[in-house]
Amino acid sequence: MSYSGWILLTATLVGISCGLIGVLLILRRMAMMADAISHTVLLGIVVAYMATRQLSGVHMLIGAVCAGLLTSVLVQWFQSRGVRQEASIGVVFTTLFAIGVVLIATQVGNAHLDVKHTLMGEITFIPWETTAVPLIGEIPEAVLMLAVVLAIALIAILAFYKEWKITSFDPALAVSLGIPAVLMHYVFMSLVSVTTVASFDAVGAIMVVAMLITPASAAYLWTDRLSVMLALGAAFGALSAWIGYGIATWLDTSISGSMAFATGILFAASFLGSPRYGALAKLRRPKAAGRNAGSEAGLSTD
Amino acid sequence: MIATLSHNAQWVLLSTLILGMAAGIVGSFAYWKRQSLMSDALSHAALPGVIVGFVLAGTKSLPIMIAGAAVSALLGALLIEWIRSSTRIKEDAAMGIVLSVFFGLGIMLLTFVNRSAGGSQSGLDSFIFGQAASMVSSDVRLMTATAAVVLLVAALGYKEWKLFLFDPAYAAGLGLSGRLMNGIYLALLVLVIVVGIQAVGVILMAALLIIPAVSARYWTHSFKWTVALSAVFGGGAGAAGTLLSAMGNGWPTGPFIVLVASATFVVSLFCGASKGLLVLYLGQWSHRRRLSRQPAAGQIAAREGAGQ
Repeated sequence: MSYSGWILLTATLVGISCGLIGVLLILRRMAMMADAISHTVLLGIVVAYMATRQLSGVHMLIGAVCAGLLTSVLVQWFQSRGVRQEASIGVVFTTLFAIGVVLIATQVGNAHLDVKHTLMGEITFIPWETTAVPLIGEIPEAVLMLAVVLAIALIAILAFYKEWKITSFDPALAVSLGIPAVLMHYVFMSLVSVTTVASFDAVGAIMVVAMLITPASAAYLWTDRLSVMLALGAAFGALSAWIGYGIATWLDTSISGSMAFATGILFAASFLGSPRYGALAKLRRPKAAGRNAGSEAGLSTD
Repeated sequence: MIATLSHNAQWVLLSTLILGMAAGIVGSFAYWKRQSLMSDALSHAALPGVIVGFVLAGTKSLPIMIAGAAVSALLGALLIEWIRSSTRIKEDAAMGIVLSVFFGLGIMLLTFVNRSAGGSQSGLDSFIFGQAASMVSSDVRLMTATAAVVLLVAALGYKEWKLFLFDPAYAAGLGLSGRLMNGIYLALLVLVIVVGIQAVGVILMAALLIIPAVSARYWTHSFKWTVALSAVFGGGAGAAGTLLSAMGNGWPTGPFIVLVASATFVVSLFCGASKGLLVLYLGQWSHRRRLSRQPAAGQIAAREGAGQ
């Protein structure tokens, strides 16, 4: 495959996996948790690098999952100590991220691991760092990692589809049905961390947030069905990856920045144009009808 | 140690001290309004404005870049409000969208500018993590003056702020316009953020607004003392972090300021006089002792009652 072919494939995989995970994030009202985890993953990667002195996929994944779980455990713990949720998220992720940046700046800063790279990603290098896979041949390491992560996310979502649905829409019912909601929460946090770190190399820490939250929010404006929303989230993610790549080659600028910006374009289009929940549709609709629509705005669970 | 610093470095230290105090005060307002993460979204949203300001000015002119940052942060705030009020998307998702899309746009512009016309020499990158040492004395004076204005507005209107934050309905009844107060609050928040990003950076600016306010809650229940303590913690973190980062060559200022702030948070969490873990534990322990004695007394009383 050609050079830009690999880049597009990488970006598409990022878009699809982030779009899927993002839908659950939005519905579970944990959008800012994704922001937090995408920052703290940096610390996990730095510590993994310091322990093993190499930047391989597996070590980074393990470090990132540990950092993601640490973040969510700490946030929960502070919350149970009476700190408000948004404040405890703010305290935890800025602190862990600052530790990561300080470690890079003072201890491990070198050509392989620098702060700018982790923030903005280096998708342009991905096609050159290849690895051999039996039956398929040489493929970029990041593509392999993203494919594996996407497979894990898909299996986890499809296998426990009903459980995800119930825990997301009605946590109280989930507990009374005997679904282990706390376990599901931490499994989900691990999924978010894994997706984040796999996408990290390609698009960097901040753009992961864009990919996780924005396409899923756009999808939320189009449909009331979870299955459709998942499909739309993944499609919007992939589409914004392509649009972003187009903008980046046109203007010759940062690919990851353009992809984040492209998610914004798609969201703006949905925000203004969606027939049911869009801003324009709301303006056109008479007031009373608008109120009715508002009262049934909750996503139905069928 | 302070005496050994150069004249410029002393000014930088003073400015981060005042910045920290202003951030501490405005941050405690944000905490009471449950808008801690709003500051995170707004500081990220300021990045494209900084770059556009740089392009418009043609050189690195701080006043114009700060104006650009303020415009784009306010635009971000308006968009968050618009998305939240006109669709079913929740506020946290709206903040995430604005934060990441604006930041992406900022990185796009930054790469574009860095590639053309000597942008990489302009030190625009230092806006991401903050580089207090790169500030020249006119920058420092501007920053100090703005932070001092924020400090003044917050201090002069103390009574109004208290009313507005705790009982908006009563405040409105007394003729205090909620819209006006909200506007001033947002203006203060944006001002602190935009003057702070030069020293602390867009990514970690939020920490300076969030952490001191949360730490102060562990020491007191009084609003007055929360605000005062938050200012002290913020100012201390700003100054100490700047000193620490000056010890290495090219170390970013922001992360060190955040680490000092987090250290005060951990100390407050354990030793805080009103909600600290140590105090809570001691309280529980003495309560348990009292309880374990009380039933014994009750039993004695019961036995005496049976005897009669």
